[in-house]
This record gives sequence, structure tokens and C-alpha cells, in this order.
Amino acid sequence: MTDYRPDTSGRFGEFGGQFAPETLIPALQELEAAFEVAWSDPGFHAELDALYASFVGRPTPVYHAKRLSQRVGAEVYLKREDLAHTGAHKINNTLGQALLTQRMGKSRVVAETGAGQHGVATATASALLGLECVVYMGAKDIERQALNVYRMRLLGAEVIAVHKGAATLKDAVSEAFRYWVSSVESTHYIIGSVVGPHPFPFIVREFQKIIGTELRQQMSGEPGSFPRPDVIVASVGGGSNAMGIFFPWVRSGVDLVGVEAAGHGLESGAHGASLVAGTPGVLHGSRTYMLQDRDGQVIEAHSVSAGLDYPGSGPEHSYFRDEGLARYVAVTDVEALSAFHEFSRLEGIIPALESAHAVAWVLREAASLKGKTVVINLSGRGDKDVQQVAAMQGDEDA
Amino acid sequence: MTGKERLAALFDSANSQGRAVFMPYLTVGLPDPESSVAMFTAMAEAGADAFEVGFPYSDPLMDGPTIHEAGLAAIQAGTTVAVGFDLVAQIAATTGKPVIVMTYVNPVLAVGIETFVDRLVEAGACALIVSDIAVGETQEITAACSLRGIGYVQFVAPTTGTDRLREIVATDPVFVYGIAELGVTGERRQGSSNLTTLAATLRAVSEVPLVFGVGISNPEQAAAAAAVGDGVIVGSALVRRVLESNTPEDAVTALRSAVKAFASAMTR
Repeated sequence: MTDYRPDTSGRFGEFGGQFAPETLIPALQELEAAFEVAWSDPGFHAELDALYASFVGRPTPVYHAKRLSQRVGAEVYLKREDLAHTGAHKINNTLGQALLTQRMGKSRVVAETGAGQHGVATATASALLGLECVVYMGAKDIERQALNVYRMRLLGAEVIAVHKGAATLKDAVSEAFRYWVSSVESTHYIIGSVVGPHPFPFIVREFQKIIGTELRQQMSGEPGSFPRPDVIVASVGGGSNAMGIFFPWVRSGVDLVGVEAAGHGLESGAHGASLVAGTPGVLHGSRTYMLQDRDGQVIEAHSVSAGLDYPGSGPEHSYFRDEGLARYVAVTDVEALSAFHEFSRLEGIIPALESAHAVAWVLREAASLKGKTVVINLSGRGDKDVQQVAAMQGDEDA
Repeated sequence: MTGKERLAALFDSANSQGRAVFMPYLTVGLPDPESSVAMFTAMAEAGADAFEVGFPYSDPLMDGPTIHEAGLAAIQAGTTVAVGFDLVAQIAATTGKPVIVMTYVNPVLAVGIETFVDRLVEAGACALIVSDIAVGETQEITAACSLRGIGYVQFVAPTTGTDRLREIVATDPVFVYGIAELGVTGERRQGSSNLTTLAATLRAVSEVPLVFGVGISNPEQAAAAAAVGDGVIVGSALVRRVLESNTPEDAVTALRSAVKAFASAMTR
């Protein structure tokens, strides 16, 4: 198993780094130091592991999806992150960072959210540990994820609508950064994915790699375990669920496939596929593949899934891409919605629209996956998306 | 004289006159590329000593709503990076004042660091500020600037400790941009309480000129900054006046009276 770290400048190869304004540098240095101390402290791990076990419900199960397997002609397994408390993998990271917040003596956290899952997970960890919580969310996402907005407010968080730009995840990240710049002495920024300036991509990967670590136990191929996978598939927006499941399997011979949002189609220009169709640049503090024009202005992303509607992805994914350690593909809104419906009927599990992108790729690639053992990281459950999909269906019926 | 030397001379001469240098910030290409140069000429006539010329960026993390809106408007009006450099050349030639270009890092990388600094030289700019990076990620850019006689400006924040301050001044900045208030650019009702502390901390380790910016919205706050610093930057308060004006002529009038008031607050 690999266990490498970014270099001293926070880089994975030529990606990553710490492109942050001076105001934030001391806080980033403090965070890195606090993380290093905590991560080598058995007491911190004991506290986090106890919460994972009894609050989150880890390890999350692996499920053999028999009807989907039949449909695809491969043995398809699901890593059930949708069963984690709050309904997605996001809680793995927010609990870890909330504990770090306490250790740094800060009393408030700020977060951005796209689909609302990270916002809910941050609000949950904040309620658990008695921290104040502020969540920035794009106005467009507030509309399409109304249920999660109400959940955050129930949990005591203040949800602030962002009307700038396309009013989606990118704009929410920018506003959360601005809030953090103004309040950095009392506030920690719980970033929701493997993005941002160093040390965020590293820290979030460390908290999320529990997904892949558990899977190595659950699918070791040893007697009493499931067979070893040939292919692991995960959706990629910022890329935390994918990095979480990929990292412990890097260079193990398993084909790692990250599925980005092709939105209306790559040729339409309206998509979120930065690794497939972007170029290297600096977005939100790190050098990574992103959507930009010739002048380096950021191009708005598009996806039916709020969690994949982001013009960049984590720097470590950019590294994986260029080193050939994982490969990245994209599926359209239409394919993802079709998979959302088909998967619900086949398996009795409503997937998050983000995770439905991974399912859609497996359905599309059935021919090349024939006979293989395939794992889909079912990163979240789809309850939050039901209203949006129903409304879209209504439009079609009308 | 290199750009860097011109700025150093400006600080010396203002200092000997017992005043601070006034450097208004304005987004280039605002309200549109055609009327942009007139904004700077008006400010020069009203007493500006030098300019911070802001290149518009789609995602300005260090800027509040006013400058963000201005940037989007300028981009909308056709201010590409190439247009920005053209305008910088015109502003520098027409006003004769030192021009400091302020941008975010991604456009610099998109153009290429060396090419970007070459263009600064061609346009007659004196210095460069990159808002969203700090020592640790500035090395390649400062090296390219230093090779071409372009000054580089580093930031110091209320959160910057003494050890880090030493690292910052060791990069030989043409001046240090002192962030008067924690937070992004924008107007504030309250004056800053950090000015004296920041100045004293810097003075303990270096003689490099200190210019205050962020959150300085009126002549009283500017005077307080001028009393302890070598220069003052005002941005959002001026940008807002342009955004609120119905015509470029109105904007020129509004800028002229505002800059006059700020410039007269520079005498210590």
C-alpha cells in the first residue's frame, strides 16, 4: 500500500501548493501543525474511531448488487457510504476537522456546500461538538437542494445564500474563503473536498481514506471476504469520495476510474469535467486541472448534480491523471438521470445524483466490464435529489 | 531608471515633503475599455501619486463585492489581459505616474510568468502585486520581476508573525502592502486599530516602505494610515463611485473630488 505525502511545498508532483493570501498563511501553517500532532496521537485516533463506530456507523458495508450484476454481466459491489450517518461520505472528513477545530481552540467553523451533503455533515459535527457553524451555499443549489437546507438549519447552522456568479459550488467556496479571511482568528474552514491550498487536500484525503482502507479488508479475496476487485469506480466533483476509496488501492493493479460530470455533453462546453477536458491552472488555492479560458478566467461548470457542478478537482487527482495512477471519464446529465432511475428499480437503493454518475459509467461500459469484479463507491443516498428529479420529470411529462 | 527605482524615488521625495504617497486603486477597463484611461487621468490631475491598476478576475478571493462587481463588469465590457496591458501602457504614458499592476495568480500563469513580466516592462509598469499568493509561492514571480527591474509587492497581515515578516522582507519587495483590516477589500465604517502595531512590528525588522490598504474608505481613515505609513491605497471607495455613475463623465467628476480629498489627507 502506498502512503506518500505531498512534498514540503504541499505538492503532489507539479500539482497542489499553497496559493493563498498572506492573511491565511499563518492559519494554514497552524492547521498543518495541529493535524500532524493529532494524526500521530493515538488519543485523537481513538476519539475519531469511536465516533466513526458509534455515531457514523462505520465500517460501512459492502453489498453485492445482484440484479445490477446480472444487468451488466459483471460482479458489481457497492461500498455503502450512503449508509453513513447523514447519508454520505462527507461526515468522515467533517468529524475529523471538527475535532481539529477544538484542538486549535477555535469555536466556530465555516463551510461551503454544493449538494448540501457537506453542509449537513459539517452542521452535524458542529452540533455534536458544540461549535458555531456557518454554511455558504449557492442560491441555485439552495433551490435544488431545499431539503438539505432545512436539515442544516434544524442542526443549528446558519445557511447563507450566495448569489454571485452561477450561484453554485464554486461561488460558495469563494465566499467561504472570504468569510474565513475576515474571521480567521476565531474560525476554522472545514473545506468539503480534497481541494484548496495545502494542507487541505492532504488532510481531507487522510480523513477520507478510511473508505478504501475498509474496502481492502472487506474485499481482500481471502477466505470469508469478498473477491478482490478489478475495477473501482467513483464520481469526481472536487473528488473526496473518489480519493478516499482510491488512495489505499493506488499501484495495486486495480483499475481506478473517476467519473466526472459531462453535463450537457463535453462538446457543449456546459460540463464539470475538469480532468477530462480542462487545463492546469490555480483554482481555490491549488494548482490543478480546471476549466478556464486563455486569460485564466474561470469558466462556470454545469452538472445536473450540484456536487459535481465545480470547475476544478483535487490536485492529487490531477497527479493521478498525469501519472496514469487512475483514469478519468465523464457521463452526461441524461446518462446519470437514466442510471438514477434504473438503479433505484434494480437495487431498491436511491443513489445520490453524484453517485449515479458512477453507476451510469458502469452501465455504459458493460461490454468492457464483462466478467470483472467491479466496485462502485455509492458515496451518498439520493433522498436529497428526489424533489429535483421529480420536478424535472414533471417538466418532461408536461 | 527601472520601475522599481522610480517607485523608490517617489517614496523618498514624498517623505522629504512630510507626506505619504497616495495610490488609488481602480479596475482597468472600467466602466469600459474606451473610457478607462480618462478615469486615471482625472485621478492624476486630482493628486494621485501612483496607481494600482487592477486586472479584472472572475474569482477574486481577496476582494469584496464592490471590486468583484467591477471586475465582472470590465470583463463583460471586453477587458481581456491583452486589452489590460494596452490600457496600462496608455495610462502610464498619459499620466506619467508610476503604475503598479494588481492581479490574481491564475492569469499570470495562463499568460506565462516571464511573458507576463515582459509585458509589464513593455507597457511601462513599475511593479506587480499578486493578491492571492504569499511568500512560499512568489519565488518564480519575484525572480522574473527582479531580472527585469520590475518591483514586487509583498503583503503583511495582522496575522503575520515576526519570523514570517523577516522572510517577507528578505524577498526585497519594492514596498510592503500592510493589510489594515482582516478581511477582503471593501469599505468599513470603523477605522483600523492595527495600523500602529503593524508599522511598529515592520519597523523593528526593516526600513522597506509600508503602504496601507484594505478597508480605508474615507479621508479620516486615510489620514490615520498616512500618519504611520509611507503610503495609502484606497480601492473600493473609488470603484464604487465609478459603478454608481451613470456616464463616464459623471464618474470622472466623482473620482476627481474623491481623490482630491484623499490626497490632501496625506500630509503628516
